[in-house]
Amino acid sequence: MQFYLEFEKPLVALEQKLNELRAYSTDEVDFSGEIEKLEKKAEKLRREIFSNLSRWQLTQLARHINRPFTLDFVKHIFTDWFEVHGDRNYRDDPALVCGFARFDGEPCAVIGHQKGRDTKEKVYRNFGMPNPEGYRKALRIMQMAEQFGLPVFTFVDTPGAFPGIGAEERGQAEAIARNLREMAALKVPIIVTVTGEGGSGGALAVAVGNRVLMMQHAVYSVISPEGCAAILWKDGTKGEEAAEALKLTAHDIEKLGCVIDEVIPEPLGGAHVDHEAAAEMVRICLKKHLDELKQLSPDELREQRYQKLRAMTIIKE
Amino acid sequence: MAWFKKTKAPIVPVETKKVKMPEGVWRKCPHCNEIIYAKEIERNQNVCPKCDYHFRISARERIALVLDDGSFTERDATMQSVDFLEFKDGMRYRDRISAAIKKSGLNDAVLWGEGTIDALPVVVAMFDFSFMGGSMGAVVGEKVTRAAEKALENRCPCLVFSSSGGARMQESILSLMQMAKTSAALSRLKEAGLPYISVLTDPTTGGVTASFAMLGDINMAEPRALIGFAGPRVIEQTIRQKLPEGFQRSEYLLEHGMVDMIVRRPEMKSRLSQILRIFMKQ
Repeated sequence: MQFYLEFEKPLVALEQKLNELRAYSTDEVDFSGEIEKLEKKAEKLRREIFSNLSRWQLTQLARHINRPFTLDFVKHIFTDWFEVHGDRNYRDDPALVCGFARFDGEPCAVIGHQKGRDTKEKVYRNFGMPNPEGYRKALRIMQMAEQFGLPVFTFVDTPGAFPGIGAEERGQAEAIARNLREMAALKVPIIVTVTGEGGSGGALAVAVGNRVLMMQHAVYSVISPEGCAAILWKDGTKGEEAAEALKLTAHDIEKLGCVIDEVIPEPLGGAHVDHEAAAEMVRICLKKHLDELKQLSPDELREQRYQKLRAMTIIKE
Repeated sequence: MAWFKKTKAPIVPVETKKVKMPEGVWRKCPHCNEIIYAKEIERNQNVCPKCDYHFRISARERIALVLDDGSFTERDATMQSVDFLEFKDGMRYRDRISAAIKKSGLNDAVLWGEGTIDALPVVVAMFDFSFMGGSMGAVVGEKVTRAAEKALENRCPCLVFSSSGGARMQESILSLMQMAKTSAALSRLKEAGLPYISVLTDPTTGGVTASFAMLGDINMAEPRALIGFAGPRVIEQTIRQKLPEGFQRSEYLLEHGMVDMIVRRPEMKSRLSQILRIFMKQ
């Protein structure tokens, strides 16, 4: 499906022209000179646009409908994947997918939020907003990973926890809290990658790790810019201002120095233009960090994770 | 010419002397709307004598209520928040911090320290809603974490009394991370076999509920406290439905299995003492 963000549109116009030229090119008429010129122009424009994105534009990019979702990463990075379902209490949550697979030949567990691309799938995936069952399923899979001594990879991409009556009744606060406590104590490596929207508690519930990585155009925040604007500006349409104030981009968070370990680069134009290339960049980064973590014993893994959290403290004493 | 004529002069309102009442002598109960003599409420541990509504109280009042007289030693009293993002919404965060310090007489939204309950040593952290709505930034997260770590060191129970709107947006991602940090500290307490009691008071919402407040070995709530993750307004806007009666109140959470018990303020101390003695085998 074709979908373009406002700031991508000048690029799209150029590309359409390029495609037309390519189509008209025959053996008799040679447009190769023009095509080459236009290609260079498009490349330059893309570089210009993507090096000057505002925080609000980056938020749009992180939510891009064609952005690779968890199952896209699974397809390109892992082999032998099988999905498992349900929290053994209430139901299965399609907004948070869990399963087992091989990474670089080695068995592992994979957990991640899943959004949909068309309307039907979006509704089925609840727009990537988990219910309590989702977190409880994720915890079940993490504890199984511990049982079998497998590393856990999580992919974070959610607007946040689902604000519904049922979610409250079934204790979403307790489900998130329990995950935070249990993930801190897990005896196997956990590598978290924020791939799109890192939205609040719904994201954090699967994001306590030995390593926390963020893709270049991902965002991560305590509240969505719109939610923040509704509370602090008393106006939900002031998302742009709130996004600036929240400093929610990968680059901003890297600067804090204590929350994420690495920013994973994306192909020029964003991960959505080339899923395979984007997944390959993620794979390389995951491999590096997993190799480092393999050197640690279960106790050292827990201690490293604890000290990482302990360092997330900017205060005046 | 008019059909009717006023023969009498209109009645002039009698000049009455307004009774001047000094501020704060009377308080209106927000639940039953009764006007009550403030001293009477105070004598009743800030509980409405007519309808049992529990007024919000400060961290210091809470300490006086549950700990033995004079047993509390505060730690990290001078710890303050930092505006590391230079956050600005109409007002700069640094100015908000200074204003809150001035208004509340506290340095942030939590006090923590050591004390005793019926001579049993405990570590406590008390929220104060009057400091920026009890919101959790790095200072609150650090204090709760240190409280749990101190309980581990002293091998004694840890108690947290929550009253908070949730994470402090002005600290963005770092405030979210406090949820993970505090929960991690509690996992160590659990492994060491030490009791942790979470007391949820009005209101406890957002990131505080979705971390240490829901993780108590015993989750205890004050009557009719608002307790939830998403705020009621957000839910109403999302699902476009009226919320059920009593939604997200203590009684509702008890019914849905999220809290162990509802305890009235006057019975709070003796109940805590009873529970802790069972868990500490004393």
